[in-house]
Amino acid sequence: MAKEQVEFELVSPEKLLLSQSVDMVVVPGEDGDFGVLPRHAPMISTVRPGVIAIYSGKEISERIFVAGGFAEVTTERCTVLAEVAQPIGEIDKAAVQQQLQDAKEDLSDAKDDAARDAARKQIELSEAMLTAIG
Amino acid sequence: MANLNDLKLRISSVKSTQKITSAMKMVAAAKLRRAQEQAEASRPYAERMERMLGSLAASAGKQPGASPLLAGTGKDDVHLLIVAAADRGLCGGFNSNIVKEARKKAHELIKAGKTVKFYCIGRKSRDQLRREFGPNIVDTIEDIAKPSLGFDKAATVSDYVLRMFDAGEFDVCTIFYAKFKSVIVQIPTAQQLIPFEAEGDADASGLADGGIYDYEPSDEKILSDLLPRNISIQIFKAMLENAASEHGARMSAMDSATRNAGEMIDRLSIQYNRTRQANITNELIEIISAKEAL
Repeated sequence: MAKEQVEFELVSPEKLLLSQSVDMVVVPGEDGDFGVLPRHAPMISTVRPGVIAIYSGKEISERIFVAGGFAEVTTERCTVLAEVAQPIGEIDKAAVQQQLQDAKEDLSDAKDDAARDAARKQIELSEAMLTAIG
Repeated sequence: MANLNDLKLRISSVKSTQKITSAMKMVAAAKLRRAQEQAEASRPYAERMERMLGSLAASAGKQPGASPLLAGTGKDDVHLLIVAAADRGLCGGFNSNIVKEARKKAHELIKAGKTVKFYCIGRKSRDQLRREFGPNIVDTIEDIAKPSLGFDKAATVSDYVLRMFDAGEFDVCTIFYAKFKSVIVQIPTAQQLIPFEAEGDADASGLADGGIYDYEPSDEKILSDLLPRNISIQIFKAMLENAASEHGARMSAMDSATRNAGEMIDRLSIQYNRTRQANITNELIEIISAKEAL
């Protein structure tokens, strides 16, 4: 092989979304973004809502939004388990803003803790999405 | 002796029943294929989750103060049984087999002096349990496969279960569902969800593959995130297996119903023809003897 690559896999509960060899992938970890290159030390990390950037060479070839999850890194693989994943290009800004608006209304209408938590989570998610689009 | 008109009516009614059962069989076959695909597609996630959990549980599970989801509450007085069955019948012994398994377990537990609670997935499991365990049913979720069986349904169930667990309403949680083996064979299965039971080889594969992991932010933090997630995944897996089993069971039940209807039509047709011939012979005899008398 001319160049070492990382096997990157993005998996949602419903299906295997992506499985390909990439030069580098940057994952938004709980404690900050981390880049994974071949022969990375094995680790497991939680993932916060944010953008996974896939690099081919020095260029970003794909950007995917994930709503949190887990990442498992071994020397030759990087696996991200995410419940929601969406390529940046497919996110509809207006729809997300609408979601954010709705969630804020939900938060003020919420009667019990469970509903409040759910609304707060949704707000966080929508805001992360908006920052991702830029 | 049955008269001709009655036989004719019966034949046509059996025929239309046969049409319905054979249509249901074909629908079940199509749905089964989809359910199987879905179950297969969800496998990678569950596998990787299990691998991570195995290696985490091996490193963090033994420490004191581990999450009660992993270590248990230290008691096993109250059991929550999640019974996953279908919303509709006409699928052979599918629903009854699952409920029978759950009922057996419930009786054992009650005999041992434990408290039993039920959470029903699917209308049929609730209907069958209600007579005996009515007051023990805490909640029911219906129509999980409408419009499609998505992960959000499993998340709803697991949220509910986890809230109950946090409130200390039960100690041990077991889910009952039918494992899909083949179209003809579905195995009613009981799987313990809380406390988490690592499957034998999970930690071994975790260690063989890449050695000891670094954990970020920390193994306890990841574990406490991962465990609730794992429960929803396990519930989702059970739902998918169940969906495939249901359609498989319905397919074979409808297949034999169609065959039975066919046999019945054959038998009735023979009877119809014999009766018709007997009538004609009778009429001929009457005409001939009337002529002879003249």
